[in-house]
Amino acid sequence: MADIKQLERIASQVRRDIIRMTHGAASGHPGGSLGCADFLTALYFEVMNHKADFQMEGKGEDLFFLSNGHISPVWYSVLARSGYFKVNELATFRQINSRMQGHPATHEGLPGIRVASGSLGQGMSVAIGAALAKKLNGDDQLIYVLTGDGELQEGQVWEAAMFAPHHKVDNLIVTVDWNGQQIDGSNDDVLSLGDLPGKWRAFGWDVLEMDGNDMKDILKVLDKAKARTGKGKPIAIMMKTEMGFGVDFMQGTHHWHGKAPNDELAEKALAQLEETLGDY
Amino acid sequence: MLDQIISRGKKATRDGFGAGLHAIGQQNPDVVALCADLIGSLKMQAFIKDFPERFFQVGVAEANMMGIAAGLATGGKIPFTGTFANFSTGRVYDQIRQSIAYSHKNVKVCASHAGVTLGEDGATHQILEDIGLMKMLPGFTVINPCDYHQTKLATMAIAEHDGPVYLRFGRPSWPMFTDENAKFEIGKAILMNEGSDVTIIATGHLVWKAVEAAKQLAQEGISVELINIHTIKPLDDEAILDSVSKTRCVVTAEEHQRHGGLGDSVAQLLARKMPVPMEYVAVNDSFGESGKPDQLLAKYGLDTPNIVAAAQNVLKRKAVRV
Repeated sequence: MADIKQLERIASQVRRDIIRMTHGAASGHPGGSLGCADFLTALYFEVMNHKADFQMEGKGEDLFFLSNGHISPVWYSVLARSGYFKVNELATFRQINSRMQGHPATHEGLPGIRVASGSLGQGMSVAIGAALAKKLNGDDQLIYVLTGDGELQEGQVWEAAMFAPHHKVDNLIVTVDWNGQQIDGSNDDVLSLGDLPGKWRAFGWDVLEMDGNDMKDILKVLDKAKARTGKGKPIAIMMKTEMGFGVDFMQGTHHWHGKAPNDELAEKALAQLEETLGDY
Repeated sequence: MLDQIISRGKKATRDGFGAGLHAIGQQNPDVVALCADLIGSLKMQAFIKDFPERFFQVGVAEANMMGIAAGLATGGKIPFTGTFANFSTGRVYDQIRQSIAYSHKNVKVCASHAGVTLGEDGATHQILEDIGLMKMLPGFTVINPCDYHQTKLATMAIAEHDGPVYLRFGRPSWPMFTDENAKFEIGKAILMNEGSDVTIIATGHLVWKAVEAAKQLAQEGISVELINIHTIKPLDDEAILDSVSKTRCVVTAEEHQRHGGLGDSVAQLLARKMPVPMEYVAVNDSFGESGKPDQLLAKYGLDTPNIVAAAQNVLKRKAVRV
């Protein structure tokens, strides 16, 4: 039985890390990172079967791919907090000679990262390839991938969306961070996504919906998703989140998509987020 | 030595790819293949027939194919992607750049129908910029074999190389003149003829044209040192410098734009290490068009007489310098 309170406490620390990292770098993407803090905490601290010692091939374990690489702060924080590297290294985010690049990369050898992402629309394809490799290797573990919603405007996503059901890639759980916001405004203002769950269903996916800022719902839906793998269809979770969730002045707006808080606002944000595991 | 280089029948380089893929598929169970709706053109049928579980039909979706290949490589597989050269490079450059090159994935991007010898389909499909595009990607190996045998050997060799590779080959039936049992070493130029007056460095289909040119030049009393340079990156600096230190002038020949191709790689090396007169046989900042391969090679200045003329010109320039 998952300790929801404990997971929420971890997510609070992850949110503190996100604010401190983007403030420290005076750049980066806090909005989407905050929105996905609960989901990534659930994945790494409860849902995924992953090994502490990082190996690129990841045989015999669940793997996670981040397609919307700009929310790297949340991923770096969760990776550090779950033991892939020392949390102090988070202080190097976006600095020269860091393993923590602005967008995730394998080039510097940061444990936990298996492919570079940031140029949008590519992660689902990579995750499908990793899922096919698992099948070829007789490995029954799962592949998780997170994609943004604005990112769905990239055509490659729909190439991948067509491929996975056709090839019965049923060891794959795609989650869409459906916060409705992107750099230039809301999805509806920039380029409407229309009936998102309906689109995925029409492509042949088993579609679930989830409140990505409610730990209890996240665990329930991810459990359901796992139970529905191996049945001939890939799984897609439409995850409703609020960009900037957890910090009142960042919440529900696109303004903090790619902007770091200054000293004053960082302090204001941190006052709203309990330090639970100790700051780096 | 030159007299012994003769055509022993014709086959397309893409047939060499198909044969090599099948052969390496038998030897290495980690080899997998993907295709974007061009199985017949890429000659992948033998591999698919014998290893159906290791083949993935992606449909007309090249960007997705490159991403899937990167994912398969992450899981320890050795993916070979197959489509036309245009769709293997320009169309999917960012996917290759981020998911394969920057991520150092062991993917083999295998590209047929490169250059004008694709023929009748015309300029939309005749990519002449691909060598340049791919050699600029850090860590990428770029190989452009010259005939059926060399393409087969190259296809097998790249499976054993750890890292991303661009393998470029073509559509037309083409003379077979290399040794089918030769050892293929990535990055190692092949000295096809020793000579003393001029070095001709050729890649891909134009190696055969360079052989023909060298024979004609020999009749004029000009001694050609002929280098078959299947690997454009990493370039075999030593072989080139050894030859040029003797001949003191160079002609490069390739079925590619002058900008960014083999010639530019050779020029960069010589500018740094051994400046000498040099001529390019390459397409001069232009797109191709529909036509027969031979007509197109002639029209775009890539034929045997162009190589002969380039050698004569460079020899004149050398004489002036001396």
